[in-house]
Amino acid sequence: MARYILKRVLISIPVLIGVVFVIFFMLNVVPGDPVTLMMGEHIKPDLIEAFRERMGLDDPFIVQFFNYLKNAVQGDFGMSYKLNREVSGLIFQAFPHTLKLTLWAALVAWIIGIPAGILSAVKQNTLVDRGFMTFSLMGVSMPVFWAGLLLQYVFAYKLGWLPVTGYKTWQAMIMPSLVLGWSSAGTIARLTRSNLLEIMKNDFIRTARAKGLKEGTVVVGHALKNAMLPVVTMMAIQVSSLLGGAVMTESIFGIPGLGRVAVSAIGDRDMPLLQGTIIFTTMLIIAGNLIADLLYSVLDPRIRVE
Amino acid sequence: MQEAIQAAEFAEETTRFMPPREDVEAELLDDTSIWSSLKSMLKNNKLAALSLAVIVIVILMAVFAPIVAPYDPNFQDADNLRFAAPSMAHWLGCDELGRDVFSRLIYGARVSLVIGLVPTLIAMTIGTVMGLMSGYMGKKVDFIIMRFADIVLAFPSLLLAMVVMYTLGASLVNIFIALSIVKWAGTARIVRAQTLSLKEKEFVEAAKAVGVKKWIIMMRHILPNCIPNLIVLFSLNIPDSIMSESSLSFLGIGAVPPSTSWGLMVYRGKQYLFNYPWLTLAPGVAILILVLAFNFLGDGVRDALDPYLKD
Repeated sequence: MARYILKRVLISIPVLIGVVFVIFFMLNVVPGDPVTLMMGEHIKPDLIEAFRERMGLDDPFIVQFFNYLKNAVQGDFGMSYKLNREVSGLIFQAFPHTLKLTLWAALVAWIIGIPAGILSAVKQNTLVDRGFMTFSLMGVSMPVFWAGLLLQYVFAYKLGWLPVTGYKTWQAMIMPSLVLGWSSAGTIARLTRSNLLEIMKNDFIRTARAKGLKEGTVVVGHALKNAMLPVVTMMAIQVSSLLGGAVMTESIFGIPGLGRVAVSAIGDRDMPLLQGTIIFTTMLIIAGNLIADLLYSVLDPRIRVE
Repeated sequence: MQEAIQAAEFAEETTRFMPPREDVEAELLDDTSIWSSLKSMLKNNKLAALSLAVIVIVILMAVFAPIVAPYDPNFQDADNLRFAAPSMAHWLGCDELGRDVFSRLIYGARVSLVIGLVPTLIAMTIGTVMGLMSGYMGKKVDFIIMRFADIVLAFPSLLLAMVVMYTLGASLVNIFIALSIVKWAGTARIVRAQTLSLKEKEFVEAAKAVGVKKWIIMMRHILPNCIPNLIVLFSLNIPDSIMSESSLSFLGIGAVPPSTSWGLMVYRGKQYLFNYPWLTLAPGVAILILVLAFNFLGDGVRDALDPYLKD
């Protein structure tokens, strides 16, 4: 197992380099001169030239890329054009806020999604099933930003129970976590239900029932374990969608996390900050995918990754 | 030679306890069977039938927008109709420039429908082929495709779409490209997971043993068994695309004014949320209804087409 983990970690390195390359490439073909953006339009040409040389902006693309990669490995993502501060410092300032929001939202998603999916499958075509699926589908079908605005209108403006924006108190975290987690809960519930229903038609479930096992044991012990494989895949993918959704949630609720930093970096054409934020976020997601892959082999020993 | 005979015997033995292969294929691939299943599903599943009706109405409204819409969506009367409340003349009120919200909603449906279908189809076709190849062929093919998928999946999809839109510029075609680039990998991963487990099944072993070619096994034996999951994914991806577009528009890098998009309408209405909530409410409810309808219909279609779930 240790060898397998090491192998998967090593495989992740080229992926990470690929990620850096894709972002570096895409952002370097964007029109607009970063120097003009940073220093304004009425700067002496010799100053601009000196600055370009200092930042290495005159080097060929591939040289710039490898220099960036070399520095990034050492935790140096460059300087923000707009804020004139170290990108790594800005990232570490924003990260705890995003982590807090994502964890709360994931918890909401799993606590609601998995039991809702199981109950819906067990009680297929009953009121319980319809109720849970409608609730899940509402979560899936509601744009995160709209759900956020709606909650703000009802619970903050009309009822005055919760603060409109903020992130410092637990009351302020209620609306963002619900908004972000609800949509993921819907996805997880639907997939859990559909896979469980498929597994429940198998012969080994009939055998388990014929043996006289209790229905709970059949569902949890026999069916659920087999039904969870695509759900685990989806959960890993969900981490990335939560981080993506966090962009909107953070914008609406004024949480100074990574998503908001990235959005403002796009607005400011602050390439180093955008690059750094996205690369850092993807590192987290690669770790999430690795964990999902390891969970595969625990849940389904038939799958032997070559 | 001895091994080949054993394999053939094994194939015969294992297929004996399964439904005849031709029948399974007929059930999954025969168009008339699919259509009759869908028809009976629509008869029995009222929610799915209602959802289909909603989708058809939205499609008709989008196609015949110039006839259906009571006003020109871009006609402004800021002096008289600025923030006009919903009334008989203007069912959903007017926006900050005095434009009729209902007419703008009808035109906005065009953007949402096209964005829901086109990039989803492109992305899922690419994803399915990649997933099948990766899962079935294994080794180097699997390694290359999955690392490529890892790179794409590693990005938060909205952020990647934002970067693509930022690089290419805001336009409808660029949204297609951005969403297709972002969304194929999720399908590929799930199809691969399914293929990995399906290729160990006896009917695939049997097909291999009688010398069926690789791509025929993938397309005729494995793909039909992935269809239930693909339909669930399709039903999740259409609304996901619609919502990605509205998110991009909400951030100001999606649809470009004066073209109307529901996301853009929510974005513009946001500033007046507390005083004129209908500007945010109307497009939001429209997104919710369309997306819900696609989801309910998707569920019904799945129950109808999946032979394992059929009663």
